[in-house]
Amino acid sequence: MIMTREAGGPLLDVRDVVQEFAVRGPGGVKGAKVHAVSNVSFEMRAGETLGVVGETGSGKSTLARSVIQAPRPKSGVVSFLGTDLMTLGRRALTEARRHMQMVYQDPFGSLNPRWRITELVEEPLRGYGVRSATQRRARVAELLDLVGLDPSVYGGRRPHELSGGQCQRVAIARAIALNPALIVCDEAVASLDVLIQAQVLNLFERLRTELGLSYLFISHDLALVKQVSDRVAVMHLGRLVEVGPAGELYRRPLHPYTSALLDSIPGLDPVTGRVRRPSPPAGEPPSPINPPSGCRFRTRCPLARERCAQESPELREPFPGHQVACHFPLASASEDHEKRLT
Amino acid sequence: MSGERADTLAPPGSGRDAGRALLEVRDLRVRFSRGGRRVHAVNGLSYRLNAGEILAIIGESGSGKSVSARTLMGLLPPSAQVSGSARFEGTELLGMPEREMRGWRGAEIAMVFQDPARSLNPTMRIGAQITEAIRAHSDMSRKQAAARAVELLKLVHLPAAERRFYEYPHQLSGGMRQRVVIAIALAGEPRLLIADEATTALDVTTQAQIMELLLELQQRLGMAIILISHDLGLAASYAKNVVVMYAGRAVEYASAEELFAHVRMPYTQALLGAIPLLEREPHALLPVIPGQPPDPAALPAGCPFRPRCAAATDACLEPPPFEEHEPGHWWACWHPAKDPAEDPARDPGEPGGAHARPVKDGVQG
Ligand SMILES: Nc1ncnc2c1ncn2[C@@H]1O[C@H](COP(=O)(O)OP(=O)(O)OP(=O)(O)O)[C@@H](O)[C@H]1O
Ligand SMILES: Nc1ncnc2c1ncn2[C@@H]1O[C@H](COP(=O)(O)OP(=O)(O)OP(=O)(O)O)[C@@H](O)[C@H]1O
Ligand code: SF4
Ligand SMILES: [Mg+2]
Ligand SMILES: [Mg+2]
Repeated sequence: MIMTREAGGPLLDVRDVVQEFAVRGPGGVKGAKVHAVSNVSFEMRAGETLGVVGETGSGKSTLARSVIQAPRPKSGVVSFLGTDLMTLGRRALTEARRHMQMVYQDPFGSLNPRWRITELVEEPLRGYGVRSATQRRARVAELLDLVGLDPSVYGGRRPHELSGGQCQRVAIARAIALNPALIVCDEAVASLDVLIQAQVLNLFERLRTELGLSYLFISHDLALVKQVSDRVAVMHLGRLVEVGPAGELYRRPLHPYTSALLDSIPGLDPVTGRVRRPSPPAGEPPSPINPPSGCRFRTRCPLARERCAQESPELREPFPGHQVACHFPLASASEDHEKRLT
Repeated sequence: MSGERADTLAPPGSGRDAGRALLEVRDLRVRFSRGGRRVHAVNGLSYRLNAGEILAIIGESGSGKSVSARTLMGLLPPSAQVSGSARFEGTELLGMPEREMRGWRGAEIAMVFQDPARSLNPTMRIGAQITEAIRAHSDMSRKQAAARAVELLKLVHLPAAERRFYEYPHQLSGGMRQRVVIAIALAGEPRLLIADEATTALDVTTQAQIMELLLELQQRLGMAIILISHDLGLAASYAKNVVVMYAGRAVEYASAEELFAHVRMPYTQALLGAIPLLEREPHALLPVIPGQPPDPAALPAGCPFRPRCAAATDACLEPPPFEEHEPGHWWACWHPAKDPAEDPARDPGEPGGAHARPVKDGVQG
């Protein structure tokens, strides 16, 4: 199989992906299903960062794993660099995966504690057959430099001799070792303190511009996702409810759920010192085992009407490049948010 | 250490319009000995909290927030060496015998932790857990206590409280579990609730709901709250006063409005600058500072922030005293940032300068 990055189509094209898990329902009833990802579709262009936000259990990680086919989703199309990964056999999939890498939340857990930093970064090069040891060593030094770790200082250490932020840099060096086109970051900076987190976020930005990387950037932190994304997708109970350009989506959310998320963030504007007191939605999120009929947000939605219980809203595009799945989107009520953000 | 001088005087929070002190912490120090290494977890922390007020303690991981809070509850392991003073309505808590401390824990001061799962007994119905907590602090009959437990579950807005009474923790969502933990903490009608990262593990919507609940309880019951968090936004939104900790000491203290409008200490500035904000445009680079917090077993001489501070000079090899430099505003720094109100023309990119200012964005209404 030949994969080219210059192909005209999108980098990643995800169509109607469904992933479900068999679980025991309430009271231990067998045969219940978690609707973790339900008919999700989106596209990514090369060099673009798509942020994915949503509450815990909304299916972000399941979506990420579906994209990298680990495990393969129940149905749908995941077309990466023009090839549908859903149809590939094991060997072809392994080959395709070299172009898509994953960075996880736990920086220590993803690194073998017995290996030295140089060995850890060298591993993917070995795995994908960079034969010459000299070449590998040079590449490891280059990669460590790139992520801001002096190879002569850190190369000989083991993971426990590094801080969380430094370990995450090692994980990033491994991820970029084979020049991937796409990096999937699942809560990749969530465990880091703000100052270290800022260093790693800036590193992601630098690698994006220097290497032309694309990120699928998953986080429950809306402000963090805005920081790094060109476009943002909002997940709710397994469905995409809104996708749009980052700036616009936060300034003018169309889905009542996006708006509720934004209204829940405590914060302050350091220029004016002005404080934002959250006003969260009432009630508990519904169960993914037995999601509400129609729109899955309707039980908590201030705008819900009868139609919302009967018909599941399709993703449509009321503004160019800005999609929403809601029968009564917030187009007119948008000024509130604009005011709040200025 | 010469920085102790000021710390032994009146702690921040005292002063002209100070209310009734509920808790006064002075020069608190906690040291652990671990395999011959001395870990200086808390290094001369002072603050004061008035009855019914919310105080936020913010700082990065390892800055000593939890250890200083556990000290107040007598919950440190025997390897901890504690000095200083912590008076609760005049009564010294440090060195109090464990038997006496047990009478205080829960009844006067209660604590809520980050992980509700670990605070609850998975094998016991939640109603029974609250009832037990109530009976530990009062001589109510089982029946009276059960009625009170349902009352408490309603107070924390647990949906369908009567039914949930008979459920086990795993049948509740994370947010509901944290409500139950708060109900248990309220069982002894404490006057101080310490919430140690109590909402950190929750979703933003659930976090906001729990914070609203804490605020409501504070107002209805007149309970004081110490809000321990690494989230500056949370502190700004809910606390009256804020203590910023770095390497086991307080480095800045002021009311929330004053602190965030006029940050002085370079560390606080760096923290403020580094948080991703909704107000910034995508791909804006964050102002970063190099390095990591110091190892509490090998603290640098002088100001603990010196190795990372852009404003540092040789003067910073002496520990800067933590003093009230302006009415109600305390900081420990030899070269504090100028008050932006006095010097509006300053370049935000200047070293040691306004790290705290976000990159100016183009979001206009
Ligand atoms: N292997 C599995 N077996 C059963 N259920 C699963 C499995 N993996 C995920 N789920 C369920 O699928 C739903 C989506 O989970 P997922 O981990 O994708 O959410 P998430 O958005 O990543 O949440 P978080 O923010 O907590 O990481 C949840 O209800 C979860 O319990
Ligand atoms: N029992 C202990 N023995 C030895 N060192 C300890 C002990 N408990 C805490 N420490 C150390 O004391 C320092 C302060 O820890 P503390 O838990 O108070 O930090 P924190 O500010 O609450 O951080 P976090 O935000 O991660 O909760 C840390 O360096 C920690 O490793
Ligand atoms: S200027 Fe000096 S005293 Fe102030 S924070 Fe920096 S190193 Fe510490
Ligand atoms: Mg996840
Ligand atoms: Mg802590």
